[in-house]
Amino acid sequence: MRKIVLAVLSILIMAGFVMSCTPAAAEAPAPAAEEPAAEEPAAEEAAAAEAPATVDYPREETLYTMGKQWGPPTSWNPMQQGSYAMGTIGLCYETLFLYNPLTDEYIPWIAESGEWLDDTTYQLKIKKGVTFSDGEALTADDVKFTFEMGKNFKSAFYSELWAWLTSIEKVDDYTLTLTFSSPEYQKWATYIYTVAILPEHIWSTLTEEQAITGANQPPLGSGPYLYEAADESKVVWKRNDNWWGIKEMGLTMAPKYIIDIANISNNAALGMVLQGQVDLDNNYLPGIASVINGGYGITTYFPEPPYMLSGNTAWLVMNLKKAPMDDAAFRRAVAYAIKVEDIVNKDYGNIVLPANPTGLLPVWDKFVDQAVVDELGFSYDPAKAKKILADAGYKDVDGDGFVETPDGSKIALEIGCPNGWSDWMVAIQIISQSLKEVGINVEPVYPDYSALTAGLYGGDFDMVINNDVQISNTVWAYYNFIFYHPIKEQMISGTGNYGRYENQEVFDLVDQLDATPIDDIEGMKAIISKIQKIQLTDLPMIPLWYNGVWSQVSNAYWTNWPSSVEGAPKYLPATWNGYWNMGAVLMLSELQSTAAE
Amino acid sequence: MKRYFTRKVLIYLLTFFIAVTIDWMIPRFMPGDPVLNMLAKAGSVHAEAQEVMYGYLTTAFGLDLPIWQQYFNFWKALFHGDLGVSVLQFPRPVADVIKSAIPYDLLLLIPSIVLSWIAGNKFGAFAARSKKLDNTILPVGYILTATPYMWLGILLGWVFAIILKIFPISGAFSYALKPAFTWTFIKSVLQHWFLPFASLFIVQFGGWAIGMRNMIIYELEADYAHYLEALGAPKRLIRKYAYNNALLPQLSGLALKLGVIVAGAMSTEIVFSYPGIGYLILMAIQNSDYFLLQGCFLFIIIGVLLANFIIDIVFILVDPRTRLGMQGGS
Repeated sequence: MRKIVLAVLSILIMAGFVMSCTPAAAEAPAPAAEEPAAEEPAAEEAAAAEAPATVDYPREETLYTMGKQWGPPTSWNPMQQGSYAMGTIGLCYETLFLYNPLTDEYIPWIAESGEWLDDTTYQLKIKKGVTFSDGEALTADDVKFTFEMGKNFKSAFYSELWAWLTSIEKVDDYTLTLTFSSPEYQKWATYIYTVAILPEHIWSTLTEEQAITGANQPPLGSGPYLYEAADESKVVWKRNDNWWGIKEMGLTMAPKYIIDIANISNNAALGMVLQGQVDLDNNYLPGIASVINGGYGITTYFPEPPYMLSGNTAWLVMNLKKAPMDDAAFRRAVAYAIKVEDIVNKDYGNIVLPANPTGLLPVWDKFVDQAVVDELGFSYDPAKAKKILADAGYKDVDGDGFVETPDGSKIALEIGCPNGWSDWMVAIQIISQSLKEVGINVEPVYPDYSALTAGLYGGDFDMVINNDVQISNTVWAYYNFIFYHPIKEQMISGTGNYGRYENQEVFDLVDQLDATPIDDIEGMKAIISKIQKIQLTDLPMIPLWYNGVWSQVSNAYWTNWPSSVEGAPKYLPATWNGYWNMGAVLMLSELQSTAAE
Repeated sequence: MKRYFTRKVLIYLLTFFIAVTIDWMIPRFMPGDPVLNMLAKAGSVHAEAQEVMYGYLTTAFGLDLPIWQQYFNFWKALFHGDLGVSVLQFPRPVADVIKSAIPYDLLLLIPSIVLSWIAGNKFGAFAARSKKLDNTILPVGYILTATPYMWLGILLGWVFAIILKIFPISGAFSYALKPAFTWTFIKSVLQHWFLPFASLFIVQFGGWAIGMRNMIIYELEADYAHYLEALGAPKRLIRKYAYNNALLPQLSGLALKLGVIVAGAMSTEIVFSYPGIGYLILMAIQNSDYFLLQGCFLFIIIGVLLANFIIDIVFILVDPRTRLGMQGGS
């Protein structure tokens, strides 16, 4: 009896091993680009295979990253903007341009140049010598094919483009002319650095379902890294030593391997960063400020507070369809009452900055109309808040310490943030506290993330903290978020204007801003000034603080990280989706291995 | 025999049907919309695109159908082995996600359950009626069996991974390795496996040892033991009989505790970021991934029912009374 049990047990354990050895994800096929140029690498690899290597990826040649991947990597499809594995766009697939918000420049990447010939014609020139990793040349045909996929497949994320793009004409193998029905300069500038150019010879045979919902594994792009392997806990990218950029742009990426580890608990993540097991960590780690000065070799973008670059604005979104939030005076009182300083100091330990009254990120400082801010801006001033409330007729009638609306009905509001987002949970406690001090009864609530967002998008909420709009190439994206229109039943994720603010005048201004050329800074400023006037008068949302581009790096294996220090590279040090193509990929060419010294 | 099995199978089928129905219901009564969650990750670079994707994905997941239709489709797909597509790990099919998690669960659960049961029983029997051991083992055993799996896991992780740095704290194998059938890889798997296994093993071990110790004492007081003693049988022989008799309640105890153990394994997996079903369930709940959650629970339902069924059969093999009862019945 016992023998049978033991035998069965050992069989099961063996079976378990065999199964766990079979990788969940298919092995990468040998990168085809390497075979034509198979001079010495083949021999090298054979030798490496024979030698009893202790690890597959030598530590000193590998860049370990963490912070992007919530759950196992499962998709390498650049059409799936939210769920593609770390690096799919940026390391593997490339965009026409990169956009670096820190220097506010568009860096030609696949594209040689792009310019508006007139108000509706855009001419795009592609670099000669760009190739996909299988050796096929990337030409105007691939670019045309990629954009036209948005016309053919309605579920492509850029199908909306075809509402105002009329046609794409191929002039020659490296030149395209795009004709628009109406010039949305700002929005178009977003597409040129976010749409990954796909190889037509592979994607042209795919159906809509395959192209949009397929896992696209292994991916084949034109980028500096090749897909190497993936399993439940990580994705591995291997440098493409035949990448076109080496010759065409003179760039060499330092790490031979990039391994992105799926997020683990905060404590374990911090431990791995401290021990130098992770080189670049993009998690929000509470208390990181005390570690930076602790002699662990951990650095951040700024050597002093706020340590982190500002990546998005945390807004207090109010439901304008509900009393008393429908009253601009009430909203103004709220803005004056919130002690953001406490959130910055006590909650975040000074790793974030308080927001400007316009909510614009520091990179857009030039668009803040200081005269408007001086006139209509707000700052923490509880006395002023009380006065605004009193003037507008909000009085404590029943003597419970909280004000009632001018018509005498009680105010009992809720402010929400997702359960488990510890920094925001503390923030809404502070907000609730400071609002109560001026007599506004607001209680913090922490529903589950899904429940909270369902309420937010459907318009069933009082006050919620939200940061759906991120740093990008255009300040228009911020105003499109605050004043998103038209108002719909469901204002779903990422659209904005969840509070359902309605004002046709400002909606028109936002559209006008979209139709202003990106280099017409003065024209943009004039429109933005008008928008800011309305924004600061009506306060549809209240900007609170800037969340950081959380990034802590270890200098144990790699140095020369992006930093505000003079002479250091100026790129966003983040691996999140959309950040590689915001210049972060150039960080890889600047890194220096400590082993080489 | 036939009647016994028919009855058992019918009960199992009914349990399966009810459990699966509840399994289907629970995630749907959770607040939130999985498609919205999925889109929320995409950010807002292209706001209009979000609306297009929302409509497309809602249809793709079949979430726009009336609720009864969704339930019907669920059963239909289930019989085709189709558990749907995971929202969290889109576009991977749920069956595929679970398949890659199962080996880790089997690696943890089966050895810890079987080994702790065997070792716990042996040790409990050995300790019974030996004054010194009894005095020390009894309190330790009680403490162990009452220890929450998660707490012990955190404690072991802290001591062996953070302070002593003997074992790794997270994952199923080293991040620097590719899964392959090599000694390096197997060694790495074993290293990562040890702490979660140990925390499961230790807690269960305490429970079985206590149970066995009590049962042995009870059996040694039984008439047949006294009779054997009066006949002058050696002590070893008496204890052997007592042990065999005491095993039966321990076996049914195992059937009863399986559910608890599986739940314990889940919290252990979460502590060590061990990529089994428990870890998946946590992530599925956090991302309102209906389909993955359903799939995981389905796996647990089938697993627990199957294990109970196996124990039923083992009962027939080891307990002559069950066999006799069945013969009498047929």
